[in-house]
Amino acid sequence: MADTSKNAFATWLMRNPIWGFIVIIFVFFSVSNEYFFDLQNFRNILVQTSTIGLIALGMTLVMINGNIDLSVGAVVALAASLAVDLQSWGVFATWGNWAILPAVATALAAGIALGALNGFIVWKTGVDAFIVTLGAMIGVRGLVFIYTREESFFASNFAYSDFGSSSVGPLPTLAVLFLVFTVVTHLLLSRTVHGRNTYAVGGNREAAVNAGIRVGPHMMINFMIVGFFAALAGVTLSSQMGAATPNLGRDYELWVITATVLGGTKLTGGAGNIIGTFGGVLAIGILRNGMNLMQVPAFYVLVILGVILIAVLFLDKQLNRRGKQELKI
Amino acid sequence: MADPRLKSIGDLLARQGILIAFAIFLVGFAVFSDRFLTPENLETVIRQAAIIGVMAIGVTVVVIGGNLDLSVGSMLSFSTVLVVDLHDKIGPELAIVVMLAATLVLGAINGFLVGVARLNSLIVTLGMLSAIQGLTLIYTGGKNVDILDQETTWFAIFGRGHILGIATPILMFLGLALFMHVVMAYTPFGRRVYAVGGNPTAAVFSGIRRSRLVFSTYLISAFTTGLAALILGSRVMGSQNNVGQGYELLVLAGVILGGTSLLGGSGNILKTVIGVLILGFIQNGLLLMGFPYYAQWLVTWVVIILAVWLDIAAKRGRLLSPIA
Repeated sequence: MADTSKNAFATWLMRNPIWGFIVIIFVFFSVSNEYFFDLQNFRNILVQTSTIGLIALGMTLVMINGNIDLSVGAVVALAASLAVDLQSWGVFATWGNWAILPAVATALAAGIALGALNGFIVWKTGVDAFIVTLGAMIGVRGLVFIYTREESFFASNFAYSDFGSSSVGPLPTLAVLFLVFTVVTHLLLSRTVHGRNTYAVGGNREAAVNAGIRVGPHMMINFMIVGFFAALAGVTLSSQMGAATPNLGRDYELWVITATVLGGTKLTGGAGNIIGTFGGVLAIGILRNGMNLMQVPAFYVLVILGVILIAVLFLDKQLNRRGKQELKI
Repeated sequence: MADPRLKSIGDLLARQGILIAFAIFLVGFAVFSDRFLTPENLETVIRQAAIIGVMAIGVTVVVIGGNLDLSVGSMLSFSTVLVVDLHDKIGPELAIVVMLAATLVLGAINGFLVGVARLNSLIVTLGMLSAIQGLTLIYTGGKNVDILDQETTWFAIFGRGHILGIATPILMFLGLALFMHVVMAYTPFGRRVYAVGGNPTAAVFSGIRRSRLVFSTYLISAFTTGLAALILGSRVMGSQNNVGQGYELLVLAGVILGGTSLLGGSGNILKTVIGVLILGFIQNGLLLMGFPYYAQWLVTWVVIILAVWLDIAAKRGRLLSPIA
């Protein structure tokens, strides 16, 4: 009996090597740095990772679908710029703090709309999502630069940046936001028809069509979800800084994909889950935070992250090889 | 009976759509700006496109072989920083040799992981993108590098010089394109790359050593990135740590515009050249017409999707995707 449970654990760990990795770096940083094992620092890690984490939640859905979204970084910048700029518009001058509401709503709507556009193009044209969102990544970034005239915006209303540093009970608001959306997305993916369809479409698109799933609209909804999360990340990021710069979110697509893949989501679609993605996000967060505390220059994090990404991929291939059908030459 | 003429027009569009688009852009810009179609301007455009173009030639080979290379951007940063930094320390000749060797080692790592270890190329090269960017920063300690003796060094030839009256970057770009086109279209090696990209299983059963072949495609893309670093380093005579950031996607945009399928097995070096030039002409033409600098990115967005859409629409014989 004990043996089977041990086996089950070993199998689980083999399938989710990221959690083993998290335990290792957690213990390592706790032992080697006096500031790491500290409640305030854990809060910091959650806030720091919330931006990438939020986007990674949406990216997981899109990647399980067998698609990818490279435009999230540009959407972050667009949403941040809209949210900060709109609240200072003359129309809302008499609204006081309420001016933040339409600004944030517009930012989120823009993210959802761009996601819908990406999804619609993928659906109707049949062009690979990689290409569609690569185009959008370049185009939306251009839009941001034209809209902002290459300038940064600053939030004149301090209520906006207060939100970014506020707390709900013991936890920072942004961390709560991230955790709540993690749970919601997890439930969406594991307990709803839409979630089951997500796996079905990514696993075998033809079978999904034959099973009566409307694949096109389904994929479009997932693109809208990732667009929403990217925009939300832009809003939280700009409220943390009290400002928005046109270069915001650059390379985020790479970080987000890294986190998602570290969490075990397959680029080929059909496999992955939110718990894993949460692990991938945490791993990156702990690594960055811990190395930062140990005063390792940020450059080394880049190298270590790249090596870990490849190592996890390699491990996954060794441990869970579908094996036999693959050609050995 | 379908009109045979109509079919042949569709066929022509499918095969040469990119050339037609190229011609339309040229004519369009020429109409709206009288400075556009001058030899000086054309030279400027091709010169500027040369760096992305040289890299795109190597990446096209990788993509035809069925893989991606996202690491070329940070590899460009690395190689440029390395050759510029070593120029003053060990002289230009040795610096170039060391830089090319180091770049090939990075390519070999890519090639090993994708070709031999059979890992997903997108993730491997994404990891390498991050790792190489880190390496570059570690190497420089975050400082920018530059060449002190900019006036007399012969290193200037790559970015600023002329050979036989033609600007060297243009010569390198077009010469390399011609060479790789011959290699890909007329040699057994080229045919094998198409075979492996088109149907890996069939290729292996035909006796092609897939691992070795994929490995060598990554060596090629690393080598072309090294050449691009020569042009860039020599033109600027200095380098920032992140000078190549984002290049991987611009390069890929050129490759895709040229009609190379990301699925592998099809593509053409000369069309990649056209794809890269279209991006260059869009940038230049829009600027000459007085649009803001970043308008080119919006147009690029539309052009990339339109190009690929029309390409696959012509292949499947209907405009819209059959997805429900």
